[in-house]
Amino acid sequence: MSAPRFTTLTSKMVKLLDADVDTDQIIPARYLKVTDKAGLGDALFADWRGREGFPIPVRAGEQILLCGHNFGCGSSREHAPWALVAGGFRALVSTSFADIFKGNALKNGLVPVVVPSEIHAALRSIDQEITIDLDACELRAPGLAPVRFAVDGFARRCLLDGVDELGFLMQHLPAIEAYESR
Amino acid sequence: MKLVKETLFEKVWNAHVVASPDGDVPSVLYIDLHLVHEVTSPQAFAGLRARGLRVRRPDRTVATMDHSTPTRPGGLALADDQARAQLAQLAANCKAHGITLHSLGEAGHGIVHVIGPEQGLTQPGMTIVCGDSHTSTHGAFGALAFGIGTSEVEHVLATQCLLQRKPKTLRVTFDGLPPAGVTAKDLILAMIAKLGVGGATGHVIEYAGAAIRALDMEGRMTVCNMSIEAGARAGMIAPDDVTFNYLAGRPHAPRGDAFDRALRAWRALPTDDGAVFDREVRIDATKLEPMITWGTNPGQGVGISQPVPDPARVTDLEARAQLESALRYTRVEPGQPLVGVKVDVVFVGSCTNSRIGDLRAAAKIVDGRRVAPGVRMLVVPGSAAVKLQAEAEGLDRIFRDAGAEWREPGCSMCIAMNGDQLSPGQLAVSTSNRNFEGRQGKGGRTLLASPFTAAAAAVTGRVTDPRALLSEEARRSA
Repeated sequence: MSAPRFTTLTSKMVKLLDADVDTDQIIPARYLKVTDKAGLGDALFADWRGREGFPIPVRAGEQILLCGHNFGCGSSREHAPWALVAGGFRALVSTSFADIFKGNALKNGLVPVVVPSEIHAALRSIDQEITIDLDACELRAPGLAPVRFAVDGFARRCLLDGVDELGFLMQHLPAIEAYESR
Repeated sequence: MKLVKETLFEKVWNAHVVASPDGDVPSVLYIDLHLVHEVTSPQAFAGLRARGLRVRRPDRTVATMDHSTPTRPGGLALADDQARAQLAQLAANCKAHGITLHSLGEAGHGIVHVIGPEQGLTQPGMTIVCGDSHTSTHGAFGALAFGIGTSEVEHVLATQCLLQRKPKTLRVTFDGLPPAGVTAKDLILAMIAKLGVGGATGHVIEYAGAAIRALDMEGRMTVCNMSIEAGARAGMIAPDDVTFNYLAGRPHAPRGDAFDRALRAWRALPTDDGAVFDREVRIDATKLEPMITWGTNPGQGVGISQPVPDPARVTDLEARAQLESALRYTRVEPGQPLVGVKVDVVFVGSCTNSRIGDLRAAAKIVDGRRVAPGVRMLVVPGSAAVKLQAEAEGLDRIFRDAGAEWREPGCSMCIAMNGDQLSPGQLAVSTSNRNFEGRQGKGGRTLLASPFTAAAAAVTGRVTDPRALLSEEARRSA
């Protein structure tokens, strides 16, 4: 199986700064009646697209979403990261992400970068490209000292090396069988 | 004497760690029960097919249809083509892998978080997952139960395990007993209002205190169900005699000697005296009143007599902007209580509040009254068994005679992907769990509340403190 990969990404940011954006906004439930992952890009923020100046769909090359606190709260639907990836995004930058969403994003090569609020505030006024370097766990932006960020070590290793998580888990089958028979 | 003091969560977690690999690798956690529904599973089964894998433990996997199923009598024929294809895919996947499926119209059918407990599948000390964030419901039994994404659904189908980091622990203690008419739903809405929608991120909550111990299993499920609305990974309640009495005799619960053996293990699960939590929160249950939300997330709630926050009084600019944005959407008046606000729709149902006790509570208010002119009331039982029980008690009669719609089981208007939904601009008082923008239909506005408060809105046509409509006797027995 081909696992998603991520090393570094340099891109402009799209800014969606509302706090507590839930997965029902990222992709409304009526788009969840699918049996595959195709075509979800059009469903991304479907009900917010009418807002004046709404930045999605993105322009070519915009792959980083600067988003508000607690992004991705609510439903566990993995359709949310699928739609974000289909909509062109490869990384998200916020002060925090909801737990289930964060795990789902990482499994799809969509890197959630958590930064302190003062860095987040500074990024809001930056319009140039920034770089997210997963190998160094560093975010670099013009006018800012490099920002170290924390990301789950195992998820990072999987993305850098293209490790298939299920394949990795299946290596533990002997231990799983032993657990079941005890 | 035991030297290491453990919490309920730690006991369940530790008993399910298959391997703790070295270095930076998460633990391999064994999953006792995997619940599956049509919306979050098709891509996981497709992943298995692509790898040529089988479901490893179909005997630990149980499926139901709930999210995209119609609740009008008539069943699948009423579903749209896309929903029908999704439901057919689930049926085909279950058949191919030998998984028990509770199809629409069957006796065991219902909302995934209603049927698990009802059939005795959910038991203390278990690990339970489902591709659904409200899986936290099952924590009411002292199980560790949490929602997962579709990639993880595939992992569990293939291995019966997940790679997991150990979450932190948070104990929320409800001191004292709530006043009459204040229910489990009000306890949890009050907690979410206090913590905020991200307040418990990274934590498993254990609910404790006199108000929790006094709840029946259905009330405990309502509380644990909404743990995710505070951002928590899971919610748990220590099992006790209330739990054991609920389980005894259920189809999948152990029987005879096996039950006695299980009981000994279950009695050892509660948190040890002196065990330490990463965080502690206390709430005085005696001071609570019926809760209702005014905004666009479940943390934006107030006591029913309290005013909705006024942005003009908020100094933090970002907090003010968020408040203004929510109020712009819900169009409720800041600085005023919600009592008296006109209501278009009342929804009693969802994995939060669709069990028999919830329907009895709503019926207590509706009995002998009429749904107010211009108001649409939907009552949607959580399972076929709940529906049968309600009909045996004559609750369906009470609702129908009052002018409410009595439906087939399903998620219905909680998720608005099955034909049940609000029209743009409509305002609903709903017993469900999410008031996000458009959650109950594009442009629809949702006020979350208890079955009492929802039913009171239905019969008066306005947001109403239900205690005014409850007889003394009914209030006491609530």
